[in-house]
Amino acid sequence: MTEWRPPIALVGAWLALLALLALTVALAYLPLGAGNGVVALTIGTIKAGLVAAIFMELRHRGGLTLIFAGAGLFWLGILLWLGSMDFLTRT
Amino acid sequence: MSEKNYLTTDFTLRSWFLTTDHKRIAILYFASLIFFFFVGGAAATAIRIELATPQADLVSSDVYNRLFTMHGIIMVWFFLIPSIPNTLGNFIVPLMIGARDLAFPRLNLMSWYVFMLGGCVTLFAILAGGIDTGWTFYTPFSTLYSNSYVIVAAAGVFIAGFSSILTGLNFIVTIHRLRAPGLTWYRLPLFLWSLYATSVILVLATPVLAITLLLMATERFFGVGIFDPRIGGDPLLFQHLFWFYSHPAVYIMILPGMGVINELVSCFSRKEVFGYKFVAWCSLAIAAVGFLVWGHHMFVSGQSLVASLVFSFMSFIVAVPSAIKVFNWTATLHKGSIHFDAPMLYALAFIGLFTIGGLTGLFLACLAYDVHATDTYFVVAHFHYIMVGGMVTAYFGGLHYWWPKITGRLYSEYWARTAAVLIFFGFNLTFFPQIILGAEGMPRRYHVYPPEFQVWNVLSSGGAAILAVAYLMPLFYLGYSAFFGKRAPANPWDAPGLEWQTSSPPPEFNFETQPVVTREPYQYNERFEAEPQNA
Repeated sequence: MTEWRPPIALVGAWLALLALLALTVALAYLPLGAGNGVVALTIGTIKAGLVAAIFMELRHRGGLTLIFAGAGLFWLGILLWLGSMDFLTRT
Repeated sequence: MSEKNYLTTDFTLRSWFLTTDHKRIAILYFASLIFFFFVGGAAATAIRIELATPQADLVSSDVYNRLFTMHGIIMVWFFLIPSIPNTLGNFIVPLMIGARDLAFPRLNLMSWYVFMLGGCVTLFAILAGGIDTGWTFYTPFSTLYSNSYVIVAAAGVFIAGFSSILTGLNFIVTIHRLRAPGLTWYRLPLFLWSLYATSVILVLATPVLAITLLLMATERFFGVGIFDPRIGGDPLLFQHLFWFYSHPAVYIMILPGMGVINELVSCFSRKEVFGYKFVAWCSLAIAAVGFLVWGHHMFVSGQSLVASLVFSFMSFIVAVPSAIKVFNWTATLHKGSIHFDAPMLYALAFIGLFTIGGLTGLFLACLAYDVHATDTYFVVAHFHYIMVGGMVTAYFGGLHYWWPKITGRLYSEYWARTAAVLIFFGFNLTFFPQIILGAEGMPRRYHVYPPEFQVWNVLSSGGAAILAVAYLMPLFYLGYSAFFGKRAPANPWDAPGLEWQTSSPPPEFNFETQPVVTREPYQYNERFEAEPQNA
């Protein structure tokens, strides 16, 4: 059983997610060219990290749970890797 | 039969519909799946009747589209995927590992309710007018052109997916955390290794299906450009996402069947499984490599040649662990004391039919041949050899094997063997002609065809009639045995697994005392330390 977490961490993470969402929307209107995608994906990665660490409580877990969480990420990598292989090599 | 078992603890409807006992939930799933099996089977029957003649006699093309879509959706998501895990797995997993229940009993009950909700939504879509996209929901047809109940059906499948995830999660945690003292990983029955691998796929792949269906619904409903190239989408993205789930889903369907076959071949050869560790790790290898092959469904879709070559190569690789299993089952039979009881007949049928399904799969993994065979009956025959010849046969084998444990009753061996032989005969008569039809170029998903294909289609429809009768037979003799069959002893097969060391049917919490495991699995040549309880 994990020790009880003060809700402030959850509220803080939620506010951070909302702020990052607002940032994503705002930056989407800046003419950064290819940089728009990079910025959006970077913010998205930070948001996913916050969800994993705070809401999924992975920061307090170890061993097997982290392996399974990592497996999810690894499998997403497979989807992106083999999926983009088609898009990048089409003639 | 012991005085108090899980069937006799309480007889009220409430005790069934609010139960958290894994055995009762397995029965709830079992009853539901019988219903869905016959709904899907009714569509198949209509299809085969229509195809008995070259012209359209029974249904229009539009109705035919809805029939094969209904058949596919119901059979894949509401029968094959949950079949062994949620019925036999739910019942047997805690018994096999010496536990009182699954790790999350309430989650288990919730998974059944979620499954039924998904099933009801899908049935509503069918009754309201049906879906004509095929079970694959391919875009742009599903998003732009189809006038059928696409979103409702997709919602049903979407909901049912959560049931799969909950079951997978439950099995993973249960197998990790609730094994009896002494039950190390290498002492686990191979059925559990295969269910573990299946669960990993369920948890990792099913969310992608949910995302895919959600994206499809978003494009159809809101016109957001995801798959439609006119508004910035990519039409092949849907197929990539869909098959990223749906090819591993093939292994969700077949791996539990392979697990059952390990138990059957070993028990009825009275030998331990040849190459236990290889078979165990092959389950995980199939689960892992199965995620790298989805593009072989897209060889003619416009996918790049480089991608096709890679997916073709990987498809050959994934056949290796499957082949290892087939060789190991055969080696297990070698010099065994083979008993041709009904479960063993199903197991032997599985090995032969799965091998044909697997080998035809290698044909389709070849780029050049696949171009010829895509969307022909060759593909239809191939996956039915795996799904029906393999998985359904294994399901029936497992059902007969564990039936005395589940019900505490013995079935008629004569009728069970007759049904097993009829299923094997009927199945081959149904689907072998389809291999020939496909090789000759008959396309799938048409309700009319050139007259020169009629002979093979008549044979196939005749086989389907035999198969239908054979599939109905267990409903009668197993149903009869559940109420009037001879009482089953605790261990009718004289098998060493933990599930056979408790009474038949088991008590509510499975074991009177916590079992302790002191030996390897499948030790058929040793006397048991604990004498079977002939309850």
